[in-house]
Amino acid sequence: MFEQQIINGLTLGSVYALIALGYTMVYGIIQLINFAHGEIYMIGAFTGVMMVTVLGQGFFGSIIGAMIVCIILGVLLERTAYRPLRKSTRLAALISAIGASIFLQNAMLLWKGPQPVGFPQVINDAIYHIGSIEITKIQLIILVTSAVLMALLNYIVKYVKIGKAMRAASQDYDTASLMGININSVISFTFALGSALAAAGGVLVGMYFNSVAPLMGVMAGLKAFCAAVLGGIGSIPGAMLGGIFLGVAETMGVAAGLSTYKDAIAFTLLIIVLLFKPTGLLGKPIQRKV
Amino acid sequence: MLLEIKDLHVSYGAIRALSGISFNINKGEIVALIGANGAGKSTTLRTISGLIKPAKGSIFYKGMELTKLPPHKIVEAGISQVPEGRRVFPDMTVMENLEMGAYTRKDKAEIKESLKSVFKRFPRLEERKCQLAGTLSGGEQQMLAMGRALMARPDVMLLDEPSMGLAPMLVKEIFNIIKDINQTGTTILLVEQNAHMALSISDRAYVLETGNIVLSGRADELAHNEQVRKAYLGED
Repeated sequence: MFEQQIINGLTLGSVYALIALGYTMVYGIIQLINFAHGEIYMIGAFTGVMMVTVLGQGFFGSIIGAMIVCIILGVLLERTAYRPLRKSTRLAALISAIGASIFLQNAMLLWKGPQPVGFPQVINDAIYHIGSIEITKIQLIILVTSAVLMALLNYIVKYVKIGKAMRAASQDYDTASLMGININSVISFTFALGSALAAAGGVLVGMYFNSVAPLMGVMAGLKAFCAAVLGGIGSIPGAMLGGIFLGVAETMGVAAGLSTYKDAIAFTLLIIVLLFKPTGLLGKPIQRKV
Repeated sequence: MLLEIKDLHVSYGAIRALSGISFNINKGEIVALIGANGAGKSTTLRTISGLIKPAKGSIFYKGMELTKLPPHKIVEAGISQVPEGRRVFPDMTVMENLEMGAYTRKDKAEIKESLKSVFKRFPRLEERKCQLAGTLSGGEQQMLAMGRALMARPDVMLLDEPSMGLAPMLVKEIFNIIKDINQTGTTILLVEQNAHMALSISDRAYVLETGNIVLSGRADELAHNEQVRKAYLGED
């Protein structure tokens, strides 16, 4: 029973982690909480559905199509809603982010209506047994896909030139530009990466719960944001850890009979962790410049 | 003239940092910009590198107007800066820091050559190439910041307070290295509070006081100038 819940929690948590990575990478570079990130995830899920229903794609086509659409959307979002405010106060960009979030929700409500849409079945509901644990095919696919995407992200950030530039920019913005790094393209790239991961998360969750709706990004976005803060905002391993931690805790809470308070678990955990470690699990102590 | 600064005005909000300075640097020179804290020395370098846009004035370099270019284009044009306080990327390794220095270059084989010559100049960096830059000592970080700027293979190197916070022995070593870098063909603009050291290696110097150039001339002459000796060399 316990092992079973761990598998369920890991499945949910790896999706939280995928979304949380977008929050944390963007924050790492421009210190902005991209509140429209949950909507990118939602639009990713819708694109996934349309890839299947309109273009007749399978699992891979669905997820890759959603990633491409969301990369474009994320980059456009940064260009139009955040870049013009780069030199304004951080509050202005934050308000712009909330505005973009409300705009995207309502645009999708207008287009698709408020009713959830089912995700056409592209993965059969085979169930595998490992000892006493049951794992569905879709769970397995979520775990494997998330792991592959996170490994890929890790590789890009560690070894690819533009990934290194992302790290440099997040450590010292001005000095990064003194190296000849084009900060604007690094920021665009960061939004592209984050949006691609969120899109994948959206498609995976859409398949898992067989439901996609215009407001699905609100709660998922908030929880992933909690996961990012929990792990230490700005830290990539932190977002992965925070997401997994949150997913497992939530599933355990539900299994323990707290299903009424399911959504409260994430926020309660966030408060508890921040009380004891204000910078999050893997966050670095804030250094104030003299 | 390689670099020509003309009537440069820079303000931070209501505070005026530079009120119309003009100076120039010839190819192959070491030029020092000396002056007290807050005189506008760092502001001048940050404006040349494009981190700050001036309110008025222009900077010409090889026929280009730099004030219209973003920082990365200025690095590409051949001007790199060793910023004040070293500003190495603390959570990246020494090697990665050096790679960032060569960011605008695509010629892999030649980058390798540059890396070799940086390691030859700073053997300590090679010993510590896998170490995180944040764990280096102050002197090593200064060497890394200089090596990193050299990786761009610049025509002009801007150095902001390279002696800051270093032990006298190290300061001497760093200044010897600056001189050596200059002798291999890099033009240098040096900003320093340590006027004595700066004047000892420079060809020419400008003295900045609250956003204005108040004196200029050959470095050896300025070193003997009564006003400079009193104000910046701490002699009576």
